[in-house]
Amino acid sequence: MILALLRKELLVELRTLESVPGMSLFAVTTFVVFHFALNQNTVEGQEAAGILWVTLLFAAMLGINRLFVADADQGGFDGFLLAPVERGALLLAKAAALLAYLLVLELVAVPAFGLLLLGPSLGQALPGLLAPLALGDLGVAAIGTLVAALAVRTRARDLLGPLLALPLLVPVVIGCARSSAPLLAASGHTDSPPLRWLGTLALYDLVFGLIAYAVFDFLLED
Amino acid sequence: MYSRGLRALSLSTVAAFCVSLSLVFFYAPIEAEEGFLQKIFYLHVPLAIVALAGFVVGGLMAIAHLRTRDQRWDLCSYVTIHMSLIFGVGVLITGSIWARASWGHWWVWNEPTLVSFLIISLLYATYQPLRFAIEDPERQARYASVFAITAGAFVPLNFIAVRLSASYVHPRVLGSASNLPPSMGLTFLVSLLAMALLFTTLCRYELTAKRTRMLLKARSRILGFQ
Repeated sequence: MILALLRKELLVELRTLESVPGMSLFAVTTFVVFHFALNQNTVEGQEAAGILWVTLLFAAMLGINRLFVADADQGGFDGFLLAPVERGALLLAKAAALLAYLLVLELVAVPAFGLLLLGPSLGQALPGLLAPLALGDLGVAAIGTLVAALAVRTRARDLLGPLLALPLLVPVVIGCARSSAPLLAASGHTDSPPLRWLGTLALYDLVFGLIAYAVFDFLLED
Repeated sequence: MYSRGLRALSLSTVAAFCVSLSLVFFYAPIEAEEGFLQKIFYLHVPLAIVALAGFVVGGLMAIAHLRTRDQRWDLCSYVTIHMSLIFGVGVLITGSIWARASWGHWWVWNEPTLVSFLIISLLYATYQPLRFAIEDPERQARYASVFAITAGAFVPLNFIAVRLSASYVHPRVLGSASNLPPSMGLTFLVSLLAMALLFTTLCRYELTAKRTRMLLKARSRILGFQ
């Protein structure tokens, strides 16, 4: 069931190309904006980690805002509620779809970041970056799906989505930016990122995944 | 008819505040390092504890609402969170004043408790915009409860995350209760009690006002005034 829903999501995205190209383009444009706003040709360390994560987060926000719009406007919720399936399946499918969008976004944005702004070579940092990226994506997917479902059927949904999501994602930003900062430093630490941050991130992802699963049913009752 | 016990509660709040303020100004000793300004501790910390407890209690009431589908729980949850938000503004203002007095800056980023509190306040500031952007009353209550549960769980998690990220510079008065002289400890506890009573009283007043207004509306509809 989840796979069928996920397939539908990805198929809709492939046919309309509404979210992912926009998110990727937004990320690349934001790197250009950062170059001019900071007036720097290259960045490193904590600054680089901050720019990368802020950009990814805001690009993700575009996808989060659009995640349920078609379902709310074109009767997708009604169709889903008529089907004899568990409601949590929709959460899992949407979160998996958002995760897929984020992966594609990062396939574009991380190399673009390495090319445009990052001082130290990306190749060295990349293996270590995979863990923070994966854990960050999981957190953004869990919280983003919940927030998108909360905001989509309100009057000011474009405004409320980011307003709700940003404070909830602050711990994710802390964990991701802190754990990737040493990897992006000029001195070239190639060892694995601090386990303390990865542990916190994993715990946060787990807790919010469970919370989202527990409360999601109540958002889909009418 | 909804105001049962409200007078006694109000009077005990006033009494508790009289006792706590006199303890703060006449009984508790002047702290050696920070001087008179340390007295704001008896206002700031109880405010913060009561506001955070209010956020969590609002989340628990939201769970009760989703379980029982009783709209009264939603009203309680709404009033509690609303009042906590007002107290939260007080926490940020008093915390800012304390930071200015202790460290010379109105805002200090490496102070995990205050930073966490700011993030939590920013999150809860979206509670009312979310709630009132939904027209259908039943769905409004349901969505507000989902938010209240999520945000209530976020409160402790956020504290852990922010605390991990920063060094400890806050005067850890509460963390090291053994360092607190008994006279200060007693004053603090009385202040906390007074603040909790104030919170409860204000919540009760708002609840009473809201219920009375709803009752009046229902009555006037029956009598055909509308």
